[in-house]
Amino acid sequence: MIDLSTNYLGLKLKNPVVVSASPLSEKLENFPRMEDAGAAAIVMYSLFEEQIEAESENIDSALEYGANSYAEATSYLPDMAKYHIGPDRYLELLRKGKAAVKIPVIASLNGSSPGGWVRYSEYMEQAGADALELNIFDIPSDPLLTAAALEDRYCDLVRAIRKQVHIPISVKLGPYFTSCANFAKRLSEAGADGVVIFNRFYQPDFDLEEMEVVPNLVLSSPHELRLRLHWAAILYHQVETYIAITGGVHDASDVLKSMMAGAHVAMMTSALLKYGIEHIGVVLAGMEAWMEEHEYVSVKQMRGSMSLVNIESPAGFLRGNYLKTLGSYTWREPGTALTTL
Amino acid sequence: MKTTEYPAAAAINDANTAQARGGTNTAEPSPEDKELVKGKGLRSQVTLDGNEAVAYVAYHVSEIAAIYPITPSSPMGESSDAWSSIGEKNIWGAIPTVIEMQSEGGAAGALHGALQAGALGTTFTSSQGLLLMIPNMYKIAGELTATVIHVAARSIAAQALSIFGDHSDAMATRQTGFALLSSNSVQEAMDLALIAHAATLESRIPFLHFFDGFRTSHEVSKIEQLSLDDMRAMIDDDLVRAHRERALSPDHPVLRGSAQNPDVYFQGRESVNPYYLACPTIVQNTMDKFARIVGREYRLFQYEGAPDAEHVIIVMGSGAEAVQETVDYLTAQGRKVGVLKVRLMRPFSVEHFLQALPATVKSIAVLDRTKEPGSIGEPLYQDIITALTEGFTAGKAPMAAFPKVIGGRYGLSSKEFTPAMVARIFDELKKPNPQNHFTIGINDDVTHTSLTYDPAFSSEAPETVRAMFYGLGADGTVGANKNSIKIIGEETDLNVQGYFVYDSKKSGAVTISHLRFSKQPIRSTYLISRANFVGCHQFSFMERLDVLKAADPGAVFLLNSPFGPDEVWDNLPRSAQQAIITKKLRFYVIDAVEVARAAGMGGRINTVMQTCFFAISGVLPRDEAIAAIKHSIEKTYGKRGESIVRKNFAAVDSSLENLHEVKIPQSASSKFEMRPAVSANAPEFVRNVEALMITGDGDQVPVSAMPIDGTFPTGTTKWEKRNIALEIPVWDEELCIQCGKCVMVCPHSVIRAKVYDASSINHAPEGFQTAVPKWREFSELKYTLQAAPEDCTGCGLCVAVCPAKSKSEAKHRAINMEAQPPLREKYNQYWDYFLSIPELSRQKLSHGQVKDQQLLEPLFEFSGACAGCGETPYISLMTRLFGDRAMIANATGCSSIYGGNLPTTPYSKNSEGRGPAWSNSLFEDNAEFGMGMRLAIDKQNQYGKELVERLASSIGEQLAVEILSADQSTEEGIFAQRERVKTLKEKLANNPAPAARDLLAVADELVKKSVWIVGGDGWGYDIGYGGLDHVLASSANVNILLLDTEVYSNTGGQMSKATPLGAVAKFAAGGKRTPKKDIAMMAMIYGRAYVAHVAMGGNDTQTMKAFMEAEAHDGPSIIIAYSHCIAHGYDMVYGIDQQKAAVNSGHWPLFRYNPALAKEGKNPFVLDSRAPSIPLEKYIYNETRYTMLVNSDPDEAKKLLKQAQENVNERWKLYQHMAAMNFDKA
Repeated sequence: MIDLSTNYLGLKLKNPVVVSASPLSEKLENFPRMEDAGAAAIVMYSLFEEQIEAESENIDSALEYGANSYAEATSYLPDMAKYHIGPDRYLELLRKGKAAVKIPVIASLNGSSPGGWVRYSEYMEQAGADALELNIFDIPSDPLLTAAALEDRYCDLVRAIRKQVHIPISVKLGPYFTSCANFAKRLSEAGADGVVIFNRFYQPDFDLEEMEVVPNLVLSSPHELRLRLHWAAILYHQVETYIAITGGVHDASDVLKSMMAGAHVAMMTSALLKYGIEHIGVVLAGMEAWMEEHEYVSVKQMRGSMSLVNIESPAGFLRGNYLKTLGSYTWREPGTALTTL
Repeated sequence: MKTTEYPAAAAINDANTAQARGGTNTAEPSPEDKELVKGKGLRSQVTLDGNEAVAYVAYHVSEIAAIYPITPSSPMGESSDAWSSIGEKNIWGAIPTVIEMQSEGGAAGALHGALQAGALGTTFTSSQGLLLMIPNMYKIAGELTATVIHVAARSIAAQALSIFGDHSDAMATRQTGFALLSSNSVQEAMDLALIAHAATLESRIPFLHFFDGFRTSHEVSKIEQLSLDDMRAMIDDDLVRAHRERALSPDHPVLRGSAQNPDVYFQGRESVNPYYLACPTIVQNTMDKFARIVGREYRLFQYEGAPDAEHVIIVMGSGAEAVQETVDYLTAQGRKVGVLKVRLMRPFSVEHFLQALPATVKSIAVLDRTKEPGSIGEPLYQDIITALTEGFTAGKAPMAAFPKVIGGRYGLSSKEFTPAMVARIFDELKKPNPQNHFTIGINDDVTHTSLTYDPAFSSEAPETVRAMFYGLGADGTVGANKNSIKIIGEETDLNVQGYFVYDSKKSGAVTISHLRFSKQPIRSTYLISRANFVGCHQFSFMERLDVLKAADPGAVFLLNSPFGPDEVWDNLPRSAQQAIITKKLRFYVIDAVEVARAAGMGGRINTVMQTCFFAISGVLPRDEAIAAIKHSIEKTYGKRGESIVRKNFAAVDSSLENLHEVKIPQSASSKFEMRPAVSANAPEFVRNVEALMITGDGDQVPVSAMPIDGTFPTGTTKWEKRNIALEIPVWDEELCIQCGKCVMVCPHSVIRAKVYDASSINHAPEGFQTAVPKWREFSELKYTLQAAPEDCTGCGLCVAVCPAKSKSEAKHRAINMEAQPPLREKYNQYWDYFLSIPELSRQKLSHGQVKDQQLLEPLFEFSGACAGCGETPYISLMTRLFGDRAMIANATGCSSIYGGNLPTTPYSKNSEGRGPAWSNSLFEDNAEFGMGMRLAIDKQNQYGKELVERLASSIGEQLAVEILSADQSTEEGIFAQRERVKTLKEKLANNPAPAARDLLAVADELVKKSVWIVGGDGWGYDIGYGGLDHVLASSANVNILLLDTEVYSNTGGQMSKATPLGAVAKFAAGGKRTPKKDIAMMAMIYGRAYVAHVAMGGNDTQTMKAFMEAEAHDGPSIIIAYSHCIAHGYDMVYGIDQQKAAVNSGHWPLFRYNPALAKEGKNPFVLDSRAPSIPLEKYIYNETRYTMLVNSDPDEAKKLLKQAQENVNERWKLYQHMAAMNFDKA
């Protein structure tokens, strides 16, 4: 019997396949479907403080726009008895989702104010979240803001939340930190239990005809996994932290690679949106088949086996990697199939 | 079937033993009443307006409310609908059904039906709406059916429409058989609403309960709210059951509403007499029961004043409170005066009246708040004369001699009615021969009816806090003041009153709030003229409004100023400085804009100014006040989200730190004065009459200055420089491609383009911008695009639509918004100069081209429409194309208000003096009204042609033939015909023959005229649909422009049948559950009408085509124009983007149906837009009217979105089929 179990943020998981923050968790009926398909945990879609504020602002502005300006119409929209603005809807879904499944449910938060981060974190803990994923989706566009100051701000944020909540915390990172490993270490010291690598940002496109910026987010593709593998392999054993890989995990081989790089879990969304929730089962079956074929008995066995500290030539993950890649292309015999795991 | 039961004996006996005048009701409560009196402790003090007070009762004692929006009664229906949508129950535990009908006529019909079927029904209305109910009121009364119609009484449109309050509407129903019960205050409105509902059940007489529009309906006041137990105690369930027993039912069938013949109709009409005789006593008994339960006493005729009064004023409505305040003041000085407040005018009880009047009275003034032209006197006056005469004839009058009785008119259309006027009337009553049929409050220098009075007289208690606030509509001043009143009402034992005055503009409107706080009851039903606090929330007002006019000596003056305490003084006009010094005002400033901005509140300075008011007015201790404001912020904004609350808190906290008292210098030193209201170059009428209205001094306009028949000059908005834009469009002539889109979408016609000869600008001011025209044929000329800096509203639509972006800086376009103040003076010069450049000949332009339309002069400019209005660009376009020969019939609504509301009129004239002739008849009859115009034009045209034929020999055969055979299908043809008619008129000028003079009178009709019937969806889809349908089925050559905002915009966003499925609107607070009516499809079914469905932002070329084709079609045509609106809930700067999205989502397909094509064997239906390219939600969820439902009821929103998307798909499929049909005659 192959043991797929893993541990992530101190949570015992039956396997390393976790559904990452995605629209799938916006529907309560998907929670049991994800569990039944074999997901080991569910990260809920992100609660955006900014979004909540924007909704508030919209309602407030629309109700006040033109109001009390003209004798015939002192308002233009009916003021409803209540609005489900704020975190209530999210927290209610978290509560219900948690009740609907036995696997851990991890809440995801994207705050916009220091107070907001802490406040919503507490709400999420109270609503029963098993852990908290802090989705640092922030584009540092201020040229006066130094990398150090930005990192300090994030660490302060983690410390502030750590002080108030008792459930495990992970931080979802973008790939653009100057010294990613050091930053992961600092986050760990600040109280984060794990890191999720990496956030995938909206990549605005340009409409040439209208000269407008068009927001755009495409589903991930498997090649994006490599960046994650690279960094998981670097962090493994160097930083005491749980590692989740997200972005580019599409099939069994991707999960296996993630484990070998040193991740504790591999998170999926794009493939599930593409092939359906049931694809989790296919991935798990594929893992088992491969492990059986290659005589692995557990995931633990392989975790970190290909990490920086465990490979023969660590330079392969460092700058030599570039040369090696080019080299492999240069010398590959025509017609040779790409190595598959 | 039951035999008739007459209530007469018992009730009339009761009447004879009824309480005498003015006496208190000392009867002990019955054991049942005692039980009910326990409920008193549960009553709460609430601060609300008259509409809410009335609706609260009406809703809780009704099962069905059939409603329709009309100012000022709409909020009663809105509250009822809102309560129903959240499941609020009536006193029997059921949720009342609130149903909006297509008109007040429809509401009355539905009410009638509901009553006949045994329900407890009610409705709310005003003015013309009430008139539409009259036919049913006769029926309801004739059938002795219990119901109450609550009326916020309003003027009736005569020489002009007015939304304000008087009794013209209620008085027009006094012959219907309804009881007329009048309330004088917000508290009374709530109390008498309940008394009316109770009394109607017992008397079986239907009641019209009325209270003064605005003065009572919109006055915010602290009152004791009746409890539901009070209502249960007052409404007798046995009577409810009796009402149901009388209902029609197939289980005990009867026939009601027969046709009667000469033999019995008369007798049948008289059969109801006992009920009318009994009614007054029933009402008084009901009032007495109410007094026992609630503790407030009311009488049919309530006398207040000296018991031995010699001079008495008899009056109904809110004016009675001002009279009582004056009476209290005068009697304290020993004057023998009194007021008789009439509460039940129908059925009129002579007995109760005579008992109420003091026996000592020698002279009486009866005041009517209505005008009945040609009558001996107004209704109440005539009733009183009759009642006294009958009393004396029957020997029942308590007076020794018949008193002198004079009648007077006051307060029409919310005209101020003050103690000064009351005092003057009492003085008149002292005279041996007092003036009868007088008016008060105006200067009638024509028939000299008016009494002059001393405006300085005041009976107001000096300890009353009187605060006035000048604000802009958009800055939240009124909202903040409503909030302050609630705070003070709820946190203190003070009585409070708030009344709000708005100007007639929808954008940049000035609001003036009048707030009173007092330990004594407040009876001051008039505006504040002596304020001890004045807040000016906009610094720019200082140069155009005399905000300190009403400041009492020693008053506090709070100014929102960009200048600090040390700089502000030098930036005030001299007259303001002088007023501050002379009146010894305490002067405070705060830069509220900056404080609000820093707190994240944008331009909303309401919370900042409110905090400052509390900090320095001393109405509440400062700390208590701040705590109360914060509590109130949580209550008001809490449900909208934490962030809104936090921002407001931040604004409160930083306000006090930024509030500064100004040290006042000894003398006025300013180097400038207030700006004149209009330019010295304005025409005399504008300078002498309209300028007074602009500065808020319209009360001073004498009768002689007013047009006698409601006729006003056009083209006068250009003199009213409102200067409200913070930013204005600035042209980059290098980048501009001269496409004309900005000119086309500008809602206020403030961006204009001209092509002209270079020599025209030899003396142009420095910096005047020009470019080479991008027309091949005009390349030798010059092109200029110019904005009017003081007429612009700063909406930004022009920039949003501009397609020309800088190649090196995407955000920079060919026009860009820039701060107005530094540009103001320079751009004024440019604008004036631009106007002086001659227009290009219309004949040189291709009228159907978007690019060319910009060079046609708009004959509709600077209207008071909302900034970014989606309707006005269509009107502006119509006037560019056809304005010089257009007759416009305009349905009541937004377009009649921004089109025709005084002081100034936006329809204008070209240099030849031609321009649209405009009129508004009613809301419900506009299609018919326009058709009548067409019939008249056609008839005169036909008659003119006959005369031309007859007089051919004298005017010249050649000219006659040319006139008669003229082709006027093109601009050239029309121009040529105008020239011929000009020659014709010259030839006829000295011809004395009657036929020649007749021809001269109709000669202008020989030139083609274009009739436009303009209105909104409330008109076209609902109230006016019957007439619209009739006109579409006719062959009349009229053009209908249906400005579809998908909601009743003018009255504040109530649902119409144009409202889409799933959109939230008033009267559809839970989201509209039925799809939008496809009025285009209904119009196309006739096969003979031209129909176009357009959205300027979706495809401006298609819009242009539609206008050209519609006008060319010889028969009825209708253009249904998508009009974005502030009632949709988003910033109007995105209006054009939303129009695009509406089209792309398939919500608003673009098409044209041209019957002429069918005649050519072509498909008359042309689909101009492509298949939907975005899902509906991408369009609708940009608008709060849809997302509001997502936020309040997500499951319902999801369901409705699905249905709406299906509807879009199905409709598109149907249209595709239609577009693909083969019309080939072969």
